[in-house]
Parts: sequence; C-alpha cells; structure tokens
Amino acid sequence: MSVLFYGSAIIAVLATLLVITRTNIVHALLYFIVSLLAIAVIFYTLGAPFAAALEIIVYAGAIMVMFLFVVMMLNLGQVTQDQEKAWLTPSVWIGPSIMAVPLLGAVIYAINLNQEQMAHTVVGGKEIGVALFGPYVLAVELASMLLLAGLVGAYHLARK
Amino acid sequence: MEMPTVTMQVIPMEHGLLLAAILFIMGMVGVLTRRNLVFILMSLEIMLNATGLAFIVASSHWGQVDGQIMFLMILSLAAAEVAVALGLVLQLFQKRKTLDINVLGEMKG
Repeated sequence: MSVLFYGSAIIAVLATLLVITRTNIVHALLYFIVSLLAIAVIFYTLGAPFAAALEIIVYAGAIMVMFLFVVMMLNLGQVTQDQEKAWLTPSVWIGPSIMAVPLLGAVIYAINLNQEQMAHTVVGGKEIGVALFGPYVLAVELASMLLLAGLVGAYHLARK
Repeated sequence: MEMPTVTMQVIPMEHGLLLAAILFIMGMVGVLTRRNLVFILMSLEIMLNATGLAFIVASSHWGQVDGQIMFLMILSLAAAEVAVALGLVLQLFQKRKTLDINVLGEMKG
C-alpha cells in the first residue's frame, strides 16, 4: 500500500511539473489527466474509494473533456505553440519559482511540527451518502444552486 | 478498536499533506508564470485539486467522512468555475483573437 502511495505521488508530481512546462495545450491536458489518475490511486490508498471514483469521473472525465472541447473550438495552431515557447524563457519562470520555494519550506515546516499517523479505516460510499443527506443537506442544496448558477452563466456567456 | 487484519505499512499524515503542498505550489507557479489564459485555468485546477487532496488526507487521518464531503464541495465548485471561465475564454477569444493576458488585460469594451 505504501509503495502504491509513494509511486503515485512521484508520478503525480512529475506529471504536474510537465503540465506547467508544456507549450502545447493538448499535451499539457494529457499530462494533467495522468496526474489526476495518480491522485485517484492515492485517494484509494488513503481509504477513500468513493472520492477516487469521483476524481476519475468528474475531473478526468468531465472537466478535462470540457477543456478539450474549448481547445478544439479555439483551434490554436503552431503559431500559438511557437509563441508559448518564446514566452517560457528561464528569465520568466525562474523568479516566481524561487519565490515560491520559501512558501513551500514554510508549509513543510508547519507540517513537520507534529508527527501523526493516518488511520486505516476505509470510508465508503454509504457513509458519505448518509452524511451528505443528513447533517450536510444544506451544503448539497447550496452546491446545487452553485451548479445551476454555473450552468446559467456558461449558457449566457457562450451563446452567440 | 479492531484494526483490519491486512498488514500494511502506515503512511504518515505529513507525507500526504506534503504532496498536497507541493502540488499546490506547482499550480501557483503555473498561474504566476504562464501568459496563456487556458494554461492559467489549468494551473488553477491543479491548485483546487491539491486542496481536495489535503481534505482527503485529513479525512483519512481522522477516519471521518467530513473531509470527503468537503472534497465533493470542491469538486462541484471546480466544475461550475471551469464552465463559466471557459465560456469567458471563448468570448474573449472571439473578440480579441488572442489568449495573451497582457493583451486581454486592457479590458476596453
């Protein structure tokens, strides 16, 4: 289990690194899907199989396909890729990257303050459903309103 | 409390949180360095996903369901946000024929 966790973690980090450095949008999308699948495996090893399934169905299935449709509609060609290549010089990315490292160091320091072990309980779909329509029913209603607002907004923005 | 009989090595909680932090910082670097609007949206997705991973790690640590509920909320938030943002991207591209945020940043008309 721990081999699965650390292997997937390494794959996720490498794939994400490739996402933010690609010049071709479709390549970046494919690497992002790899990263999402690796994170789904991590969810599974952490005892959250329902979240792992949702990660694949909603993130890799729905959201990435939405990105792909927009990339197809934009019809960006070789010109954009060359432009991206010209923009992605070390002088552009090295400053923000160096400034981000202390932030990561601060987070690592905060995480390492107290050592905790993770529980081995698997929280399945049944418990999530009971909690979702028990104490969290208001959050479900709010999420449905949010999705409705997103639907109306996307329809309004994308029409001719 | 009776533990499952399957022998598996314990994953420390901070390793999961560390992974979430690394992914979040990478998404942030992507937002800061890229100039293409679609890449910026993708980096935002990386950051949201890293936040969801942190919630799942916490949920796994406490053995409670609440972290996974929060992950579901983040998931629906990401779906709604991407739908609206990609609609905006399409409209901006039709108007300006570019996705360069330095050009789109002028926002006149």
